Amino acid sequence: MKRYIDFYLSSMKLAVLEQWQYPIANYFYMIGMIAEPVIYMVVWSTVATQQGGMVGGYTPGAFAAYYIVWTLVRNMNVVFTPYGWEWRIRQGQLSMSLMRPIHPLHYDVSYFAGWKIIVIILWIPLAFALSFFFKPDLHPTLIQGAVFFFAIWFAYLIRTMTLSLLGMVTFWTTRVSALFELYFAAELVLSGRLVPLSLMPDWVQRLAWFFPFRWAFGFPIESLVGNMATNDLLLGLGMQLAWIISGAVAVSLIWKVAIRRFSAVGG
Amino acid sequence: MSSVISISKLAKHYQVPEREAGLKAAAKGLFKRTYKTVKAVDGISFEIQPGEVVGFLGPNGAGKTTTLKMLSGLLYPTSGGVSVLDYEPSKRSHDYLRQITLVMGNRNQLSWDLPALDSFDLQRAIYSIPADDFKRTRDEFIEMLDLKDLVQKPVRNLSLGERMKMEIVGALLHKPKILFLDEPTLGLDVTMQKRIRTFIAEYNKRYDATVLLTSHYMADVEALCRRVIVIHHGRLLFDGDLSKLVEKFSAFKTVGFTLSNPVADLSQYGEVVSVDGLRVTMRVPKEKTSAVTTRLLNELVVDDLTVEAIPIEDVIESVFSVQKEAME
Repeated sequence: MKRYIDFYLSSMKLAVLEQWQYPIANYFYMIGMIAEPVIYMVVWSTVATQQGGMVGGYTPGAFAAYYIVWTLVRNMNVVFTPYGWEWRIRQGQLSMSLMRPIHPLHYDVSYFAGWKIIVIILWIPLAFALSFFFKPDLHPTLIQGAVFFFAIWFAYLIRTMTLSLLGMVTFWTTRVSALFELYFAAELVLSGRLVPLSLMPDWVQRLAWFFPFRWAFGFPIESLVGNMATNDLLLGLGMQLAWIISGAVAVSLIWKVAIRRFSAVGG
Repeated sequence: MSSVISISKLAKHYQVPEREAGLKAAAKGLFKRTYKTVKAVDGISFEIQPGEVVGFLGPNGAGKTTTLKMLSGLLYPTSGGVSVLDYEPSKRSHDYLRQITLVMGNRNQLSWDLPALDSFDLQRAIYSIPADDFKRTRDEFIEMLDLKDLVQKPVRNLSLGERMKMEIVGALLHKPKILFLDEPTLGLDVTMQKRIRTFIAEYNKRYDATVLLTSHYMADVEALCRRVIVIHHGRLLFDGDLSKLVEKFSAFKTVGFTLSNPVADLSQYGEVVSVDGLRVTMRVPKEKTSAVTTRLLNELVVDDLTVEAIPIEDVIESVFSVQKEAME
């Protein structure tokens, strides 16, 4: 265990040092990323104003809160993508990772976790700027704040597991972009990224319960901006943990089969 | 003494899809795919003793890198047995990976944007190297490769040779017992190649490490390896002392001499390889070398004369051409 803690800390440190080399690039990347929620926020706030100040229980201030928290959750959702898996197999980088006496997934998790530290630091002024312009209606309780803290890191782990599983398809075929696109389309609709899930039809909300997307995106936002009861908050964390554990088990099982197919084509 | 690397009838075959060019063949391929079996490694066997430095030679596509990948656990063999330090590499046990390293001349694992020292620290954590031991080894290697002024520069600002030296330091910090080196001097200039060769030789001596080296630079092989293993088309062609390889496959010697006056016909002495003014290079059957040189000195006015073995590159080339002819 001590060995893993040392590795995680060292790898996170390396990520912080590396990403700190490019603060401007990181900032532009984040600014580019907030264009999407700003559009959603403006559209839904306009709709709410035209409908007497509220849509599905969301006021313009509630939408502002939802989408400003969205920006942080979206950044926490950035993980090593399936396209990255494709790249590292083709370029031979996976061969180098496999030579280390530690599973490559540990490196992905720790490196991106380190990167998140930079992301959070850079996000704070952006959140203040967005709050200044859009006046969010956000009054979280202490327990909501605590649940949110864990929920965003759990969301990060869920997405790491699911995208790693998807990335491992590249062990069978190196042309899987179409499959990735299908996954991302489903994620867009069922996660709460496009619109808060409570505004979706009932059947979509029920369906979303059984997929990991909501637990990696909508739930962390709702845990902070919604009016969820403590039981529901804890249930949400429990669901997140269940997805992390089942994701880790699935990654471990599929990895054993996938690695036998590895042909080290790129070197 | 028991061997540290032992492979027996090792094979790696790939099923590669193939089809004719054109639309018709592409459409047909949607319903029925045909595959060809490519035998990258085809039943080779050898053993390596502790502390040996062995050159692993062959032309491109001979199966050298595939063999190294099976030895390092990156690839599962199709058949045959592999044992390294009594481990089965394909199981990729962490204890095994801690005792080996694979250096590929065209791959890197150091962070591009940071000084190598930061990446070295990650290696320390990956291999759980005790802090004191890590610092001692790191400083020792930095000194051996004369990197003191470079370790604080971002890796992206280093030359190819400097980067390669850093990669080698990073790959050896955990003091592996077995080194698989795949073209470690690829693309480097002569001085840098020599530096790396000296370092590998020193590492082998200090830590009694076993080295299996592939290189297209015969200078690497000549400087480091007493024994060579030659493979071609996945099959073993030769396994033995480098000197025996030269003896077996080199039936000629090169005789070079400078004449005082031009001579019209020299073919009676041997095969003329080149004439540059009064300087002549000739290929002579090995057993006739002394007779030919005596005749040259007695019958012609020669300013100087040298007798050299055929360059090792040419010997290796002749090994491959003999094999090619045998297969045709």
